[in-house]
Amino acid sequence: MTLDKILYIDLSKRRFHVRSRPDLFEKHIGGAGVAIRLLLEECPEKADPFGPENPIIFAVGPLTGLFPMASKTVAMFKSPLTGNLGESHAGGRSATAIRMAGYGAMVVKGASETPVYLAIYGSEVHFRDASGIWGIESSYTVGRIVRELESEAGLRTIMRIGRAGEKMVSYASVIVETYRHFGRLGLGAVFGSKKLKAIMICGKHSVKVENPQEYRILYDKIFQLTVKSQLMKKYHDIGTSSNVIPLNELKALPSINLRQTSLKNAENISGENLAEKHLGRRVSCSHCPVACIHLATLREPYEDEPYFYKTTMVPYDYEPIYSLGSMLGLTETDELLKLIDEVETQGLDAISTGVVLAWATEAYEKGLVTSVETMGLELKWGDGEAYREAVRRIVSQPNEFYSNLAKGVEKAALKHGGMDFALSFGGNEMPGYHTGPAAHLTFLTGARHSHLDSAGYSIDEDNAKTGIRMTPRQIAEALFKEESWRQVLSSLVVCFFARGVYKPETVLECLKTVGFNPDISLEDLSRIGVETLKSKNEFKAREGFSHRDLRIPGRIFETETPLGTLEEEFIGEGIEEFFRLLQ
Amino acid sequence: MTVLDIDKCVGCQLCMFACSRRFGEGGFAKSAIRVKSIGGVERGFTVVVCRACPDPPCMKVCVTNALSLRKGGGVTLNPSKCIGCGRCVDACPLKAVFWDNEANKPNICIHCGYCANYCP
Repeated sequence: MTLDKILYIDLSKRRFHVRSRPDLFEKHIGGAGVAIRLLLEECPEKADPFGPENPIIFAVGPLTGLFPMASKTVAMFKSPLTGNLGESHAGGRSATAIRMAGYGAMVVKGASETPVYLAIYGSEVHFRDASGIWGIESSYTVGRIVRELESEAGLRTIMRIGRAGEKMVSYASVIVETYRHFGRLGLGAVFGSKKLKAIMICGKHSVKVENPQEYRILYDKIFQLTVKSQLMKKYHDIGTSSNVIPLNELKALPSINLRQTSLKNAENISGENLAEKHLGRRVSCSHCPVACIHLATLREPYEDEPYFYKTTMVPYDYEPIYSLGSMLGLTETDELLKLIDEVETQGLDAISTGVVLAWATEAYEKGLVTSVETMGLELKWGDGEAYREAVRRIVSQPNEFYSNLAKGVEKAALKHGGMDFALSFGGNEMPGYHTGPAAHLTFLTGARHSHLDSAGYSIDEDNAKTGIRMTPRQIAEALFKEESWRQVLSSLVVCFFARGVYKPETVLECLKTVGFNPDISLEDLSRIGVETLKSKNEFKAREGFSHRDLRIPGRIFETETPLGTLEEEFIGEGIEEFFRLLQ
Repeated sequence: MTVLDIDKCVGCQLCMFACSRRFGEGGFAKSAIRVKSIGGVERGFTVVVCRACPDPPCMKVCVTNALSLRKGGGVTLNPSKCIGCGRCVDACPLKAVFWDNEANKPNICIHCGYCANYCP
């Protein structure tokens, strides 16, 4: 089955068609490279993110279904949170299912008048009535219902939104196979604006390769490298939450809305402690032997009946522990897990939700908002119960204050003040690293304003160890190089956690073996990476983004990093240098 | 083929990919093993694979005798005799006879153990 088939779905007319676009995949590989071209083609200039004209694009790549850890799907759309590039990656079984259904990409446009969900079995697309599942309290229940309604368990993906997506909270997520997400930048809200509750995709095609013998040998090499690597150990054993203790010791763990960089009881919410007290199960994305997804068991007694307990599985990772834990001063594991569970139930992005709540707590403390705005809710650091209620109100939006919170921290601060401590970059809420200038330059310059764009935190961590101090230009160059290479990985589409295994030479070998393009060279790969990055920034510029308008929250200059206090001039220079490289 | 400890299964499906890779292919079209969740990932997984019955019901319903008893249990498929009627799929109580839509014939486990090499 070739990669070049694209499934176009129109929700307004309830029609679909398939087009073969070999040109796109030959030039841009797949994944992010193809998705950004499709976004530039399909999204009209200055489109309303909630209008039917905003397309949702999913793309997979030439390694999907063929090699381990090529397990991610790239989604692109115009973001309701930032007003420009919306890009989010998710694993689960999404990538495998899309490719085995026979597609390299999907484009969903239009909007339905009544709630709908899509059931895609290979070449069949069914528009199913979703009015009976619209408005259901918990995203978990929606998953269960679709699971029962549709067939082919094990060969399918079920993407769905919670109530947050229906209510178009700007940072609503799309949940995939229960514990994975298209989390960042509000894809869930775009689903909601189209009255699209869920997409089920299933397929069982094969993917033929040019040279089966070589393919099996190369597969075994990559498989062995993976299972024996340190990477496997780190992500499998404790998972990403193994970052909590080192970052806390380094004084780089953003806490209490970044007024602090370490927390007294941080070891409570560390990966080690969570594993010891709560770890119930590890699960994996399709075609990944790492199994980095950690599920905690939360055991809660029923108050009205003795010796009767409810046990819930709650996923945890470093980022939700930072945003819903340390940022809110919440260090009691049961309370943290209950809050993560509420965020999952409603279908919100965990990072944005935590940062919004942290701002709200400080604004309440400072008297910028009072109990009139919060409708009697007392927001207090470490008060899990109040935060759970706040999450529900962000979704139900009973007054203007909560509606403002639902639009993201920057828009809330515009209305209520406190911009200096509204921690967002390019309109996207801050990830969990206050490691130094490179981390913040990633948040500012990265195409998605995400820590994963160019991983500046890792440069800072190295510099903190070695004592090396880089100039803004050196940092900008390193970030540019990293972000360009990551475009190649996200075009294949390989999980970023596997970047240590998929070095450029290995990627080349894989592409040749599967018969993607026998003449492709390392230079071609780096050129495609840079081109993809430039195309993303072209889309952003088209939608009104300029790096000159970037707001830098004052708070990051007040709180010291492991590399000293940040200077505005230094950061400014780094931004200029980066965008000069993009020219 | 025996599943030793289902609670260790993380649902990565590497066994399914391995099974099709025996034919030098990616994907699942030729796979004779399937991993699925038991009503949601939170509850864990089940691995569906032929248990090599000594008296296989799939064989008994085969109208063309394309399936014959394998030494050690289970069946072997003679594809040239198979007319693709699919009765073997319905007969298996474990639902362990899978269907290759591309070839329109069943995927029969030959108990080679290749998949087990990739279980992390």
